[in-house]
Amino acid sequence: MASVVLSEAEKVYIVHGVQEDLRVDGRGCEDYRCAEIETDVVSNTSGSARVKLGHTDILVGVKAEMGTPKLEKPDEGYLEFFVDCSANATPEFEGRGGEELGAEIANTLYRVFSTESSVDLKSLCINPREHCWVLYVDVLLLECGGNLFDAISLAVKAALFNTRIPKVRVLEVEGSKEIELSDDPYDCIRLNVDDVPCIVTLSKIGYRHVVDATLQEEACSLASLLLAVTSKGALTSVKKMGKGSLDPESIFEMMETGRRVGKSLHAALQKTLDEEESLGTSRQKVGFLG
Amino acid sequence: MAAVTMRLPVARNVAGQSAPRDGEKHLVVPGDTITMDTGYMSGHGTYLDEEKLTASVAGAVERVNKLVCVKALKTRYNGEVGDIVVGRITEVQQKRWKVETNSRLDSVLLLSSMNLPGGELRRRSAEDELAMRDYLQEGDLISAEVQSVFSDGAVSLHTRSLKYGKLGQGVLVQVSPSLVKRQKTHFHDLPCGASVILGNNGFIWIYPTPEQRNEESRSFITSLEPVPLSDREVISRIRNCVVALVTQKLMLFDTSILFCYEASLGHQIKDILKPEVMEEIVLETRQRLLALEG
Repeated sequence: MASVVLSEAEKVYIVHGVQEDLRVDGRGCEDYRCAEIETDVVSNTSGSARVKLGHTDILVGVKAEMGTPKLEKPDEGYLEFFVDCSANATPEFEGRGGEELGAEIANTLYRVFSTESSVDLKSLCINPREHCWVLYVDVLLLECGGNLFDAISLAVKAALFNTRIPKVRVLEVEGSKEIELSDDPYDCIRLNVDDVPCIVTLSKIGYRHVVDATLQEEACSLASLLLAVTSKGALTSVKKMGKGSLDPESIFEMMETGRRVGKSLHAALQKTLDEEESLGTSRQKVGFLG
Repeated sequence: MAAVTMRLPVARNVAGQSAPRDGEKHLVVPGDTITMDTGYMSGHGTYLDEEKLTASVAGAVERVNKLVCVKALKTRYNGEVGDIVVGRITEVQQKRWKVETNSRLDSVLLLSSMNLPGGELRRRSAEDELAMRDYLQEGDLISAEVQSVFSDGAVSLHTRSLKYGKLGQGVLVQVSPSLVKRQKTHFHDLPCGASVILGNNGFIWIYPTPEQRNEESRSFITSLEPVPLSDREVISRIRNCVVALVTQKLMLFDTSILFCYEASLGHQIKDILKPEVMEEIVLETRQRLLALEG
C-alpha cells in the first residue's frame, strides 16, 4: 500500500486531533471527502465508472462475455474481478510491486460479492448448464490517496449500475439451440444493484475510529476494520486489516458506525447515479481531460 | 452524524482569468522555437537545435539582455543559495543526513552544519556521530537554509541559526515550488493565531504559534502536549485555504493566505474544499489582492 513517512510530532498531532473530532482537513470522524463519480467513461466496455475521492482515483470497467456456468451453480452467471495497480499511482507499483495489493483487493471483492443476495446471478443465465453471462470487472488504480477499498467498492457499484448487457434469445432450431442477439443496440438488460454492498473502512486512531482515512491518517492507524454494508444497513462481510489489535468493544462500536455511514454512503451514491441518469444524452462527459 | 457528499464532475476552469498585467507572456512547450535569431545565449530550459533556440521545458520565456531562459511552471525544486526549505529526513548516514526536499536529488545536511544543543561551538567528535539519530531520525521534519549547491544540482543545507531546526507538531502541505513567492522572510506569524513556514521547495509547514520566543526556540525535544482545539481549527482552516489557493494556481505568500483565511471565515472548515466554495473564496482573495496593488 502506498504510504507516507511521518515524524512523531505529526503523528501525535493527528491522533490528538482525532480525539477531539477535528481532523487535519477540518472533517469530523464520520465525514467523507468530497467524491466525484462519473459513469460511462470507457466506450468499449459494457459499463464503466470513475470515482475520485480526494486524491484517490479509481477506474472500473465491466465487460459482459458469454461463458459456461460453473458446475456447482448451473443456472447462474458469475463475476470475475481483476485489480490492476498501475505504476501511475505510486512508484512502489512499478513492475510487479502492485501485484500483492491487487490480489488482496481482488480477494476482498470476491468475498464481498460472494453472498447470494448481492447481485441477482440468475438473471445472468441464458441456458442452464450451457451458456451464461460472465461479467469481468476490471479495476484500475490511477492514484492512491488513502481509503482504496471504499473508493473501489463505490466505483464497482456505479459501473455495475451502468452496465448494459445485450438481450439474447435462445432459439430451438432443428434440435440444437441457437443464440440470437437482438438487432437493436439499445435493447439491453440492466442489473439490479440495490443490494450490492459498499465497503466502509474504519481505521482505529488512538481511542477513536475514523472513516475515509487519508494516507497520513493511515500511517497513524495500526488496525482497521473493513465492513461491507448494504443500502439497508445489513453487514455482509467483515475483515480486519493491520498489525494492531482491536478490542471487542471497539469492534462493536465500529460496526455500528459502519452501518450508519454505509447507509448514508449508499443514499448519496444512488442520488448521484440517478441524477446522472436523468441528464440522459445531454450530459457533458468530462472524462480525463476536465 | 455522517456527512457524505457526492457529485458529478464538472469541467474545471480556473476562476477569473485576469488580463496579463505585465505584457503578454511568451508561453512555450518543449520543442517550440523561441527565436531564430543567433545573437542570443541559451540559458536554463533552452537548447540550440541547428541554430534555432528551442525550449526544453514547458513554461514562460524570460530574457535578460542576451540571455534567454525558460522558467518552467511545474518543476522539481531547483536549489539556490539562501533559500529556506522544509525537508524530511530520509536517511541517516555517516556524518550527514539525507533530506528529501522535492528536488531531483536528495539534499544533504552535514553534521557540521547542524547546531549542537546548548549552542556549543566545537569540532564534531565520534560521539556526536554515534548520537546523530538522537538528534534527527528518519521521518523528522526540519527547516533549514541552503548553504551551497553541488555541481550535479544537489543541495547542501545548514541549520546554523536558532530559527532553523527540527519541527514539532503541525501540518505539512506539499505544493509546486513555482507557486511560492520569493520574499524577504519565509517565517510568518499570522495574526489569526497560527504560524507558517513557506519553504521555497514547496513544503508549507503550518504550526501553532509558540508562546515564548526565547533562545531555545528550536530545541531537539519537541513538545508533544495536545494542541488546544481553537488553535487546531485555525491550522486546519489555513491548511484548507492553502490547498484552495494552490488548486486555483494563486501565488502563495503571507498576504494571500491571510486574505483567503478571512474570506473563508463564513464557511465551515471542511466546506472550503468543495469546488464551488473554493472558487468563491479564491475569487474574493484575488479581488482583494488586486485592490491592494492598485
